[in-house]
Amino acid sequence: MSEFVKRVDLIFGEYSDQKYKTLEKIVSRPNDDIIKDILDSGLRGRGGAGFPTAMKWKFAMEQPGDEKYVICNADEGEPGTFKDREILTQVPRKVFAGMAICGKVIGAKKGYIYLRGEYHYLLPGLLKEIDVYNTFAKELGIDFAIEIRMGSGAYICGEESALFESMEGKRGEPRNKPPYPTVSGYLNKPTVINNVETFVNVLMICRIGPVKYKKLGTRDSRGSKVFSVSGDTPIAGIYELELGMPLEKFVEEFGDGDTKAVQVGGASGFCVPRKKFKDTIIGFEGVPTGGSMMIFNSSRSMYNVLHNYLDFFEEESCGQCTPCRVGCQQLRKGIEAIKSGDKPVTYLDQLIKLSETMKITAKCGLGQSVANSFSSIVTNFKEEMIY
Amino acid sequence: MTNGINFKIDGIDLTVDEGTTILTAARKANIQIPTLCYHEDLCVAGNCRVCVVEQKGSKHLVPSCAMPVSEGMEIYTNTGKVRLARKHILELLLSEHNADCTKCYKNGNCELQYLASEMLTGEPMFIDLVPDKKYTIDKHNKAIIKDDSRCIRCQRCVRTCEELQSVSAFDVAYRGKHMKISTFFEHPLFEVVCTNCGQCVNRCPTGALIERNYIDKVWDAIYDTTKHVVVQTAPAVRVALGESLGMPAGKIVTGKMVAALKRLGFDSVLDTDFTADLTIIEEGHELLSRLKKALVDKDPSVALPMATSCSPGWIKFIEHTFPEYLPNLSTCKSPQQMFGALVKTYYAKKRNLDPKNIVSVSIMPCTAKKFEANRPEMRSSGYTDVDYVLTTRELGIMIRQAGLDFESLPDEHYDSFMGASTGAGVIFGTTGGVMEAALRTVYEIVTGREVPFEGLNITPVRGTEGEVREASILIKKTLPEWSFLEGIELKCVVANGLAYAKKVMQSVKDGTGNYHFIEIMACPGGCLGGGGQPIPTNHEIRSKRKTAIYEEDMGMPIRKSHENPDVVEIYQEFLGKPLGHKSHELLHTHYTPRKRY
Repeated sequence: MSEFVKRVDLIFGEYSDQKYKTLEKIVSRPNDDIIKDILDSGLRGRGGAGFPTAMKWKFAMEQPGDEKYVICNADEGEPGTFKDREILTQVPRKVFAGMAICGKVIGAKKGYIYLRGEYHYLLPGLLKEIDVYNTFAKELGIDFAIEIRMGSGAYICGEESALFESMEGKRGEPRNKPPYPTVSGYLNKPTVINNVETFVNVLMICRIGPVKYKKLGTRDSRGSKVFSVSGDTPIAGIYELELGMPLEKFVEEFGDGDTKAVQVGGASGFCVPRKKFKDTIIGFEGVPTGGSMMIFNSSRSMYNVLHNYLDFFEEESCGQCTPCRVGCQQLRKGIEAIKSGDKPVTYLDQLIKLSETMKITAKCGLGQSVANSFSSIVTNFKEEMIY
Repeated sequence: MTNGINFKIDGIDLTVDEGTTILTAARKANIQIPTLCYHEDLCVAGNCRVCVVEQKGSKHLVPSCAMPVSEGMEIYTNTGKVRLARKHILELLLSEHNADCTKCYKNGNCELQYLASEMLTGEPMFIDLVPDKKYTIDKHNKAIIKDDSRCIRCQRCVRTCEELQSVSAFDVAYRGKHMKISTFFEHPLFEVVCTNCGQCVNRCPTGALIERNYIDKVWDAIYDTTKHVVVQTAPAVRVALGESLGMPAGKIVTGKMVAALKRLGFDSVLDTDFTADLTIIEEGHELLSRLKKALVDKDPSVALPMATSCSPGWIKFIEHTFPEYLPNLSTCKSPQQMFGALVKTYYAKKRNLDPKNIVSVSIMPCTAKKFEANRPEMRSSGYTDVDYVLTTRELGIMIRQAGLDFESLPDEHYDSFMGASTGAGVIFGTTGGVMEAALRTVYEIVTGREVPFEGLNITPVRGTEGEVREASILIKKTLPEWSFLEGIELKCVVANGLAYAKKVMQSVKDGTGNYHFIEIMACPGGCLGGGGQPIPTNHEIRSKRKTAIYEEDMGMPIRKSHENPDVVEIYQEFLGKPLGHKSHELLHTHYTPRKRY
């Protein structure tokens, strides 16, 4: 690998703590120390939005009441992401330990893993591991039990508040925010919900210390990230890399030599065209990603790519709020009409404005982020939209 | 420093209580923010996004209905960004909506149409999606029509049915572009738990949920010279009809309504109050007879507590939800159906008319009455007892169609006979009214004295919205034949809105609720908040109608059902005695257990 693309072995590194002895040691530390370590590490959520993890935990910790929850969001549904599956398969104990640390810090006794419906085949292995965890936790006096809840295949249920609704047995529809989950989450109790990878990061920060952790990545994007690399690449797969690399270097490493564009962050992320590879940093200072890196070479039609994403959103929107439900349909119909000549090229500008409205008015991240792929593809590949 | 939250809206400094939403605060400052999914009676959904406003420092616009005000917040409700977003959202809604407004029943009374006219949408911005959609229209129901092509998915109906009525006949089905408001397995409304209460119809901002209207059929009957068309008007209509005709809420328009009905061409304009009073006589005696069976005969089979049966939404609810308690329902038909049965028997005989030539119409604050009139058991006169049921709204439309200037009509009186009313009959229109009317009569039957409340106003049973109201009345110094009731504390409970009815029945079921007599009205506030009442209906409007009803009661020369001269006369001339043979034949009914879904 080049000097810019650095492989790291933090997440998948072998986990020797088979009996959760390290966990025992970590949870015996004062809560404020743990929070301080996470804060110092600069860790930001690995699901894609990048909210500072320490702040989230602190908010939940400060909430009164002794009924609180920790939820591990394993509803990995973003097109092109498949890293959580691997984490849960390879190092489930790291995930559980991270959750247990969170439980200890915020004062929750119960944790749930919300597992993507399509990952039901992971269930037997995970249940076995959870049993092991729960037994050890009991033995070690860690008052934090973990359970699994299954999703049913709706993309929207990866949105945290829709996920709570789903867990509560209701239709998975995002809630109004505020209140935020740390105040009113699952069962309207203070809840910390983090991505699978975030929990592993927390554990690793607690193990190696924030100073060592901070050496990885850049000022705005500390640590490593697990990437799901797919598309036109000879070496598709899962890679744990240091954050903050230029996209150009990433493409040099993973592309097939004919890369035209990279969709960073899945269907709800941004499309970066070749001419911008050089100036694009993968990280929170540039283009953030939950891990999905889809590489397209020059044989691909970006119109088809966009159409595919819009088809996806049209189906996967919960349908609750107007901008998302109808907006997605209009964007898809709109690009079809431009392509067929039923609408003038100027209609594209109208659609970009619409996508901007969706971004600022939709109820949740789904509708808000449709504009990311839409306007980045449409503006960078305008000719492909028209001809 | 005050305890309130200080913030700025469109440059105006405001201080409001913690937890106040931007929308509520804006209304206080007389700043109008458009809304669609928001409704005062319901929880906040925040799904239409029409009410978005700009918050200084926020990249995103915020939904004013859902966003609480915070200290130092600066809100702008009318910036270019806000206007464009609202216009986009409205255009999106219109692109999914069958905007064939001139063919729509809600034309002119549609919140979507109103917003569109305000925002001057002009040429459609986006592609019409309606041709792609396979919208369904459920026309199978006698009371309510559901037209998905006009639905904007605001979920007011879903929230109404669940929160106010605990019926949950509607829910959201499917996702994304296929998302729709549906029933259990998409069955038509008449096959599911829907009680036809029409609270959803009253709250639907568009024409997606409307009453089945019988306006043209009634006109046809009026124009048919071979038909004698009788109309009855329910108590709650007279305090709400004015709203349909441009008058403020809370106006009593009894006299004008009678005048209008006569000018529309009805042959006889009569008052449901008459059978409300009759219901009290029958139901009061039924209660006493059940109490006697229980206390004197020690009959274990007697069903107590006894529950009122005037509200057809409540009847269908209990048939679905608590079918094991059907014996507890009074067997009395509702006043509407008693009236219908008597029109085609007693009235026909007295007027020397062939009942087959009588068309019986009722004006009701209710959509469930449409269903009730079509129940197979409601044909005891040998004919359909009530042929057409019109809501208050439909009557309003007919008056407008006839070109009457309602406000300038003189007050006129109901025709006689079956047109006499009492204050007791009038208060049937509000929650607690049936209970109060019954107590005014029952207490007097049992003790020979008037109820011991000043001005006959039994305020402890006057129900309020959002609660279950319990009250009891001690029976003392009974007449000799009622001595078994001496010292008995008659325990009553009043509830309005089916969510509260459910609570009452649940308490009866688990033994925590010990009552003799239960009054339930299906709609919030009772009939005055009925599903057939003018739109909008909300808490403030219901309160005004309620005040008007009690005002009407106080203004009546006779305020006790058993003193209604027409009621006295009908027992002398026709029915014989309460719970007698003829009564059972014409005025009582039975119920049908139904499925839970």
